[in-house]
Amino acid sequence: MSVAYNGVPSKEELERVTPPPEILAQKAVVMLECFQNIPCDPCAHSCPTGAILPFADINDLPKVDYSKCSGCGLCIASCPGLAIFVLDMNYSPQEALIKLPYEMLPLPHKGEMVSGLDREGRPVAQVKVVKVQKTKNKTYIVSIIVPKELALVIRNIKVEVKTDG
Amino acid sequence: MKEYDIVVVGGGPAGLAAATTAARSKASILLVDDGLQLGGQLIKQTHKFFGSTEQFAGIRGIDIARNFIAEINQFPNIEVLIQSTVIGYYEDGILTILEGYNGNKLTLVKPHRIIIATGASENMLPFVNNDLPGVYGAGAVQTLMNVYGVLPGKAVLMVGAGNIGLIVSYQLVQAGIEVKAIVEALPHIGGYWVHASKVRRLGIPIYTRSTLKEVKGKEQVESVTIAHIDNQFNFLPKTEMEFTVDTVCLAVGLSPLSELLWQAGCQMAYIPELCGYVALRDENMKTSQNHIYIAGDVAGIEEASSAMIEGQIAGLNAAASLGFSLPQYQELNLTYHRQLAQLRHNKVSEAIIRGIQKATLSKGGSHVCCL
Repeated sequence: MSVAYNGVPSKEELERVTPPPEILAQKAVVMLECFQNIPCDPCAHSCPTGAILPFADINDLPKVDYSKCSGCGLCIASCPGLAIFVLDMNYSPQEALIKLPYEMLPLPHKGEMVSGLDREGRPVAQVKVVKVQKTKNKTYIVSIIVPKELALVIRNIKVEVKTDG
Repeated sequence: MKEYDIVVVGGGPAGLAAATTAARSKASILLVDDGLQLGGQLIKQTHKFFGSTEQFAGIRGIDIARNFIAEINQFPNIEVLIQSTVIGYYEDGILTILEGYNGNKLTLVKPHRIIIATGASENMLPFVNNDLPGVYGAGAVQTLMNVYGVLPGKAVLMVGAGNIGLIVSYQLVQAGIEVKAIVEALPHIGGYWVHASKVRRLGIPIYTRSTLKEVKGKEQVESVTIAHIDNQFNFLPKTEMEFTVDTVCLAVGLSPLSELLWQAGCQMAYIPELCGYVALRDENMKTSQNHIYIAGDVAGIEEASSAMIEGQIAGLNAAASLGFSLPQYQELNLTYHRQLAQLRHNKVSEAIIRGIQKATLSKGGSHVCCL
């Protein structure tokens, strides 16, 4: 499995973009699942703390100074590839919080239980939505609470479509 | 007959950028487009653009079109003709235009410079039953969904994992349609990997080294069979998979729409890297005919961000060649060339760069040499 062959990053590819464990243990930080040198730089421009380092070339892969990352998630909606997530491993002893980009209807609402999906769209757990943020460019940022061991697995949600009557 | 300094043929990303750039020089401009509104493919692009934040990155295509149209309305020196098709170029330099929904009004105009930004047409794929209702080009599906709000079907098989196939698959799911699978003849994803990851997270499988074998249906598409292929594109036995779908969406590449350039006698060449016959051009997008410039997909299939910069280069230089030079001409031209070089400074663009090298006329006829 490799992102170039089927869109799903391999274990090795993911290791390259996963924040170091000591950082994850400390605070909420960004995880940029960006593997290909393509012309694209909005993430660096969106970062208010300079944690996503300025690009020398617009085709560079993003580099993060995790010490500066506040986990604010402003970069999530800026990414045209919807490849940015924020992880907070310290939400509770057993749970982590994930902020992810969402562009589907219906939108989930705060408190709703939804399906947490892995990188292949497979449901792996029922997860709780704790926040739905609207942004300027119409990409919503949804915060979900997941079992800690699934914080590096769940990357999408599926909201049950409720039919009237 | 009305004369214009510059006629821009095509109101997509390249043509819009060409018209707005040239208009800053006070040249009189006519912008002609066959669509119901300006914008070309931009008005269907609901996704955020890649590229440089300095240019258009992070903005959705439909908003880029809106910004351009607002800008065009500010220029008294741009006239716009929509629902109008440029149908001919004559050797006395006259363009003939069919105007109106029914195309029943013929207008002749005399331009001093022409910028051809006619874009591309979608490629078709030969397979049994490719004429069944339910077989669409991806562009047609986008037009139906994103411009007219009409669903093309309920369950789709997408052919092609280039950027268009991946993006349209995502948009189909946004519209509430099931995408059963994406098939791709190549061994790898052709489009940006982030687009592939996006559709995978929605649960859509991508089958590489696979293609359509058969489409079945009486009155319309009812099911499709796909199969794996070897390096010679032969079907491998016992690898068939069948899907119940009512729609097959083809995203198998584009070809430059170069008819007017042939008519105008521009030097043309078949360049595989640019996906078909294109006009040879200098580094400022001027063809072998001194008064004709090109920009966007007609100059070689690429994508909208680079098309817009090519449009800016063509607009700036077409105006300058008529003496409408902006005081900051040199600086602007260098900036556009730098931005274009940056966009192409990656592995994905290697073939494009090779193609452009083959399509570049030897230097001499242009105003400045930049790269």
